[in-house]
Amino acid sequence: MLRFFLFINKQGQTRFSRYYNVQLQPEERVLMEADISRKCLKRGDSQCSIFEFREYKLAFRRYASLFFVIGFDEEENHLAILELVHAYVEILNAYFDNVCELDIMFNIEKVHVILEEMVLNGRIVETNKNNVLAPVLEMDKTSK
Amino acid sequence: MPYYRLKDLIKAIRACKTAADERAVIQKESAAIRTSFKEENNDARHSNVAKLLYIHMLGYPAHFGQIECLKLVASNRFADKRLGYLGIMLLLDENQEVLTLVTNSLKNDMNHSNMYIVGLALCTLGNISSPEMARDLCAEVEKLLGSSNVYIRKKAALCAMRIIRKVPELQENFLSKAKSLLSDRNHGVLLTATTLITEMCHRNPDTLVTFRKAVPLLVRHLKSLVSAGFSPEHDVTGVTDPFLQVKILRLMRILGKGDAEASEAMNDILAQVATNTESSKNVGNSILYETVLTIMEIQSESGLRVLAINILGKFLTNRDNNIRYVALTTLNKTVSIDTNAVQRHRNIILDCLRDGDISIRRRALELSFALINETNVRVLTRELLAFLEVADNEFKQGMTTKICLAADRFAPNKRWHIDTVLRVLKLAGNYVREEILSNFIRLIAQTKDLNAYTVQKLYAALKADISQESLTLASVWVIGEYGDILIKGGSFEEEELVKEVTEPDVVDLFESILAGPYANQVTREYVLTALMKLTSRFTSTPVIQRIQAILERYNTSIEVEIQQRAIEYTNLFKFDNIRPAVLERIPIPESKEETSRPTDDFSSGGGGGGGSLLDLDGDSIATDVKKVNASENSQNTVDILATIFGSGPSDTTDNLTPSRSNPKDDIMSLFNTGPTTTTSPNLIENTPSANPLDDLITTSLPSTNENLLGLSSIKQIAPSQNTQTVNPLDSLMDLGSTKLSTAISPPTETNAPEQFVAYNKNGFKIGLSPFKDQNNPNILNINVTFHNVGVGSDVQNLLFQAAVPKTQRLQMQPPSSTTIAPGAIVTQTIRVANPQRVNVRLKLRIVYDTSAGGKVDDIAEFSGFPQDFW
Repeated sequence: MLRFFLFINKQGQTRFSRYYNVQLQPEERVLMEADISRKCLKRGDSQCSIFEFREYKLAFRRYASLFFVIGFDEEENHLAILELVHAYVEILNAYFDNVCELDIMFNIEKVHVILEEMVLNGRIVETNKNNVLAPVLEMDKTSK
Repeated sequence: MPYYRLKDLIKAIRACKTAADERAVIQKESAAIRTSFKEENNDARHSNVAKLLYIHMLGYPAHFGQIECLKLVASNRFADKRLGYLGIMLLLDENQEVLTLVTNSLKNDMNHSNMYIVGLALCTLGNISSPEMARDLCAEVEKLLGSSNVYIRKKAALCAMRIIRKVPELQENFLSKAKSLLSDRNHGVLLTATTLITEMCHRNPDTLVTFRKAVPLLVRHLKSLVSAGFSPEHDVTGVTDPFLQVKILRLMRILGKGDAEASEAMNDILAQVATNTESSKNVGNSILYETVLTIMEIQSESGLRVLAINILGKFLTNRDNNIRYVALTTLNKTVSIDTNAVQRHRNIILDCLRDGDISIRRRALELSFALINETNVRVLTRELLAFLEVADNEFKQGMTTKICLAADRFAPNKRWHIDTVLRVLKLAGNYVREEILSNFIRLIAQTKDLNAYTVQKLYAALKADISQESLTLASVWVIGEYGDILIKGGSFEEEELVKEVTEPDVVDLFESILAGPYANQVTREYVLTALMKLTSRFTSTPVIQRIQAILERYNTSIEVEIQQRAIEYTNLFKFDNIRPAVLERIPIPESKEETSRPTDDFSSGGGGGGGSLLDLDGDSIATDVKKVNASENSQNTVDILATIFGSGPSDTTDNLTPSRSNPKDDIMSLFNTGPTTTTSPNLIENTPSANPLDDLITTSLPSTNENLLGLSSIKQIAPSQNTQTVNPLDSLMDLGSTKLSTAISPPTETNAPEQFVAYNKNGFKIGLSPFKDQNNPNILNINVTFHNVGVGSDVQNLLFQAAVPKTQRLQMQPPSSTTIAPGAIVTQTIRVANPQRVNVRLKLRIVYDTSAGGKVDDIAEFSGFPQDFW
């Protein structure tokens, strides 16, 4: 089961977070995110991007200045998680047309909505780019 | 002034220079949002909630927006509803009361005509459903599982999963729908249905039977995925639905595990996936990885297993760190299932020890140790020793322990074993656990035929390097113990150089350690003791005088322990008749039963030979305490001490006993008081390693197992405290026996009562000291001592009853008290008239309360008095 999605920039600021069945007080959450960003920043290019963190496993990928981190349980397929990060970023990239940190910051609701199409309660629902984006675009139309 | 739009807020927060500024901005904005909520401002609600979600993400309180989210959900505008549900998912969890208010909205929206609104409701329910909601909305979800809309079906499946996680008995409601979903043509639905079924099988093994019937179907799905060409609808980074493949493989694993028929049905497709999947990219490898896991867990053909291990082997050579990491993690899991297959990749695994990534090195190290066996122990140990030289410091202690354990278990011969541990001490002597060191010393002591070899090796090693603490300790101890052998061997060859060794050389070396920068209290203790021992091993008088001078230097050491030792040792020079006996070589310790697991050894306390030595210590110390404090009866103590020290000739006893007011006694009492001041339980556990002297004067090695040790030795000390004349010699002879308390020596003084333990349970001990009545040989007086050794609280309302056979008569006097504080003793005298002079058999009843609230009522029997007392 996936436990959380985090986007953290190089300064260690959280740009997006979504937790699944993780009950943390806001202060604890902030501390944990800071801890994770430190761990990710510390890892050099020669190091693998999967590691253990508290009771979770973390897998992250770095795109420009942003770290995309997924926390998950041991039983998940570690390599597939890395693929999921990538799929998510590709979809964001398609939606925002060359996504950047600011897009995510200022459109955080959209980032959430896209993730809701892909993951439900920590399980994958859909990973195909078109299948994810079609309903999101459709909904955008309805909202206007 | 509140910022009106989310964008403005974000900009304002970004503009903050300090955390305090940021806090101020957010507090101000939060206050404005609260006011706006109070004013029921409908137009601003959407924007306010959006801002709150941002504030929430930054880690500030946003719970006051929960109710507003509910209001948004009730709105007719799609955008409001969507944000409202998002807010609920982010700000609420299943434990909040507010949640019950959502149920109705969800129910309405799940019946909505707009599929996206239904989707939102399903999403929300799937993410935050509480057990109550699960029950309330189960029927809706069940209905939606049968929806004609793919978008709704796939979400409903995961919603159902949440429901059965919350309320397992609802599983049956979804069983038939889940089965039919497995034949769904849509991959999204298949994916979520597989997830749902995996969960069902996981929770309820009964469902396995049902779904095993679906194995052929799953095989077909997988086959079509593997053989499908590119299809834009299912493509994920160039591979057809890798996530679906992974999920199906995982479900297959659960279904095939422990079922031959299901496993059989999967063999072909697994082989196909394993051979056909593109392994150049991470996507493909994620599928291969899942395949390997499935192959290893189901009852697959052996050929398939080899294939799986080979895939992992190939992973190990991959340039991607993540893949190597995953491979090593998986190999670690499978190594116990199929060691031989993993052995084939040994060299690659060893290569990973030199990887740039510490996570990979760590995994590779674990795996390397798992691979060691009798046949490869030499090769692997050599590799691991090479790695130890360059390993990160954080690995070293674990490594030294594991290498030594592996050597213990698989050593082809003693010499190799000694060489290996010696190498470890040389390379990482500062990262060696105490028990490893004592295991090594025991090994040396036991390997008599290699004593000369070992002492020379250690001497040479110590001469080369005095910076490795454990090496120093081991060498100093061994040289102290076998100094005579070292000198007798004369010069020896070490790495093709002839080394001279003379008595002054050894003392020089020891002095250099004492003066060196690496010396600490423990090394000083070891060196002083070793020097002392050398005075009886060496023959040259000047050297011995030099040693004496060195020892005297420490008479004023500020370290109490060292000072005490030095003074005791220098005083021992005044007793040249007993000194050699005191400094005798220690008896060869017996092997522990489980040398392979030192931690276990600790917990098992005095089970083995080592433990007994410890017992011995406890005894002598405890007895001393009592003797010195309670009586003037110093010969007895001297005797005990002499025997411990000498651990040998009993004639030393005779030499000493007559001299009551002789200074010897005083000095001996000095020796006595020595240990009593430091009755720290922190004795070296593996005392086989050390000289009795060493132990008597308790060392305070930093022990990680202090507590455990403390416990065990306290236990052992305690029982002996009222054992008045336990002769340690006996215990020494009786190494390995744990029944110390029954090891009794003949009394050195005729009227010294012997004590027998009649009862020892729950920390409560009863000792019986019988003595014949002086006036009537038919009467046996028994002093009963009750000892609260470790009850943990006061013993109260003590009631002690005794009964004897009909041929005997019993008379009891009142006990000195009916309450015993922890560690205290209460006595009571009983008289047994035994006219027929037969064995005295006692039946005992012990009743007491503990102040902690417990009540003990126990019965014991005792008939172990020697015939002399009948």
